[in-house]
Amino acid sequence: MRYYDKLIFELSVPGRSGYSLPKNRFGAAPSLPDGLKRGTGLTLPEVSEVDVVRHYTNLSQMNFGVDTGFYPLGSCTMKYNPKLNEEIASHPSFAHLHPLQPAESVQGALEVYWNMERTLSEITGMSAFTFNPCAGAHGELTGLMIMRRYHELRGDSARVKVIVPDSAHGTNPASAAVCGLEVVQVRSLENGRIDVEALKPLLDETVAGIMMTNPNTLGLFETEIREIASLVHGVGGLLYYDGANMNPLVGVVRPGDMGFDIMHLNLHKTFSTPHGGGGPGSGPVGVAKHLERCLPSPRVVRGKDGRFAVESSSEDAAGQVSGFMGNFGVILRAYAYLLMLGKENLPLVGKYSTLSANYVKEMLKDVYKLPIEGICKHEFVFDGFVNDGSRDGVEGATTLDLAKRLLDFGFHAPTIYFPLLFHQAIMIEPTETESKETLDAFIAVMRKIAAEAAEDPSILHEAPHSTPVRRPDETTAARNPVLKWKNL
Amino acid sequence: MGQFAYFPHTEGEVKSMLERIGVSDLDALYADVPGEYLRKGEYDLPEALSEGEVRSFFDSLGKKNVPLKVFVGGGCYDHYSPAVIPALLSRSEFLTAYTPYQPEISQGTLRYIFEFQSMICALTGLDAANASLYDGPTSAAEAMMLSVASTRKKNRVLISDGLLPQVVKVVETYAKYHGVELGRVPVMGGQTCINCLRAELSKDDVAGVIVPSINRFGIVEDHSGFAELIHAEKGLLIEYCDPSALAVVKSPSEWDADVAVGDGQSLGIPLSFGGPYVGFMAVRSEYLRKMPGRIVGETVDRDGKRCYVLTLQAREQHIRREKATSNICSNESLMALYVTMYLSLMGPEGLRKVNELSSSGAHYLHDALLRTGKFEEVFPGKPFLKEFVLKPLTDPENLRKKLLEAGFFAAAPTEEGYVSFCVTENRTREEVDALLAAIEEILR
Repeated sequence: MRYYDKLIFELSVPGRSGYSLPKNRFGAAPSLPDGLKRGTGLTLPEVSEVDVVRHYTNLSQMNFGVDTGFYPLGSCTMKYNPKLNEEIASHPSFAHLHPLQPAESVQGALEVYWNMERTLSEITGMSAFTFNPCAGAHGELTGLMIMRRYHELRGDSARVKVIVPDSAHGTNPASAAVCGLEVVQVRSLENGRIDVEALKPLLDETVAGIMMTNPNTLGLFETEIREIASLVHGVGGLLYYDGANMNPLVGVVRPGDMGFDIMHLNLHKTFSTPHGGGGPGSGPVGVAKHLERCLPSPRVVRGKDGRFAVESSSEDAAGQVSGFMGNFGVILRAYAYLLMLGKENLPLVGKYSTLSANYVKEMLKDVYKLPIEGICKHEFVFDGFVNDGSRDGVEGATTLDLAKRLLDFGFHAPTIYFPLLFHQAIMIEPTETESKETLDAFIAVMRKIAAEAAEDPSILHEAPHSTPVRRPDETTAARNPVLKWKNL
Repeated sequence: MGQFAYFPHTEGEVKSMLERIGVSDLDALYADVPGEYLRKGEYDLPEALSEGEVRSFFDSLGKKNVPLKVFVGGGCYDHYSPAVIPALLSRSEFLTAYTPYQPEISQGTLRYIFEFQSMICALTGLDAANASLYDGPTSAAEAMMLSVASTRKKNRVLISDGLLPQVVKVVETYAKYHGVELGRVPVMGGQTCINCLRAELSKDDVAGVIVPSINRFGIVEDHSGFAELIHAEKGLLIEYCDPSALAVVKSPSEWDADVAVGDGQSLGIPLSFGGPYVGFMAVRSEYLRKMPGRIVGETVDRDGKRCYVLTLQAREQHIRREKATSNICSNESLMALYVTMYLSLMGPEGLRKVNELSSSGAHYLHDALLRTGKFEEVFPGKPFLKEFVLKPLTDPENLRKKLLEAGFFAAAPTEEGYVSFCVTENRTREEVDALLAAIEEILR
């Protein structure tokens, strides 16, 4: 990667342009009244098409993606993004559809929703799905709205609490708060699983439900799920499944069969759609039969004649959570992936992702601290180096140092300092699309770095050595925020 | 088992990995899962297709959609999209990257987000923008929550009836669950009513007011006096904008707004049946730390080089959990890149021309429709750009249906029984004339 230090604004030359527009063949439009016209100048770049192409090509070359190399970012499921999906998403008979077009003119698009709803329901054991949420956290919020709506429709207004394990993704408590629910934390046991005895006293008629990630953020299967489900259902609460960690269960275990009532999926994790540098994603929410009426509007329905229609609102629905029916382009990509995968390859998604994670864990656990032994699912968490090299006058190497040093070897870093249960957490998720050679190369580098740490941690403190920039000053960035181009 | 293109493991490799782990087979990796939960038997799903078969599948599915000439807006606009954008957007370094957690190898993403934020600030005239939000309607809902969080002990937010229906529905949904009381400000004579606003503000409980810069009838609203009234009550003025039109209409900062939100789709993003689009939010600096979503800031690295990082993360869920300003932990990054490249290519002049061309086409259609004698003006003399409504002197449902048969998506019905039209620079004179001919034929 080469450092390139320009902003598009800095390439601007007054009078230059990069657009191609038709001549006006309608005659001049009446001018807006002065009081409604923009009175201030508009500073946007004035650049040619070539300027734009070179600038963004240069920027792209300072970026690392899944196509660049191994991306073992825990809880993010950075699997390969098939190229066919991109081709399908830009298909002209889908890309130019207006969302308000009447149903009779978009039967193909509505069929995509219908078929995806059936497909995801079969994979997860849920009864129905909404595709309207645009991201995982948006799905969580939608799922909690459905939860509240369900209790409300039963005339039960006392349920104001949601239980969240201490190992949960930060979005869980944040989504609950946005949804007007009070968050009650339940602690984990030494073995990383929810403490069922600690859960029991929290359960009463004020509990709307529990949010669980299974396998949890340590990559461990919540083995007491049956008892937890029975306890929570016993007091009238619902079980929410955070689908961020669905990958190891694909084709093997269905959340619906474990008693979950509501769940979200991340199509950009489990179903191979690209992350796009932070989005667009898609966070469909699935529900069990008794919650179907609470799904948000609008919704695709099928008439007796087999024709599809869009139900724009319904009395029992939790409301409307996005402008239309979510990120259609992302849904198309995931559908193409699922068609390629087929039922015969489906179980291998889960099993191979679990195989990869356990293999990497076993190969490294003598040099990185493994706080909890045993089989993991698609990811696992180390708690720093076994030997961080600290001694008199020498500061040991940290997880941050490891992350930065990995960049020197052409690997993306794992997720670090999460979950919060450990001080030096290193969360590794290899996914099923990485070859043994790639995993072995990563393992070799991880071992080399562990040896460096033990010998001379300063190599790690100084890392990265080979990237376009090195350890940006984040403190100054937050203390004196510069959030736009200085000449604006 | 046959080999599948996205799974690189060979049978031999699987075996050796299992041996290293110390288990007999793949199923043994699930020994910790209670047996009753392990799926037995096949899934009721189709068998794997080849690439060619998937292509044909979507070809035939695509044929079930009817290609139409789009003459409707309603918050989603069929604007020109330069060829450069999809070509660069498909670069895998942008496409297949995650959120830029490791700034050393994410300067591409971070830099274009910084450019995006700068451009949103330029368009709105406000001090700071975030890295983008899901879409326009959810950005309005986030602004509602921001206003409540920013004002003390106030829990009521007013929304104009001139906002798009999807914006109103999403704001209502978030308000209900977030515990925000909503009030409505009616539209009178095609414009959010200032006297009604004044009456609603008298109770000293309003945290924010959301008004459309251009309302759902296509009318450019006059917000003179709005900020004064709202600020006197210590509330926030939130402008919901079409960012494309901000090149020519008064900007949120010129209306003295505190927050601007909207959907970036009108900046060249394909219609794509409703998504992915990109929401945006810009604020005055005093509200910066209450802003939801990712924010990118400029700094220097160890060697003093200018660079960019995710910043002000102390607001966010992974640190603050239930006390975060929002639950949002992503952005619509790739769509923000779309918008950034679009605005770079268009520049200030291109964006003005887009508005001029669209407005010319819309006024041409508007005047020609009135001349047919089958439509009446609803808000005579009210200024509009690319979108307008008329009252049809005929059955609107029949008109819409017949137009559909003729290959046009036009005359979308509003809840009042008006019909809505939109013309962008993508519509040629021939297409507009063909629409007019079709309408005259239908109404004959």
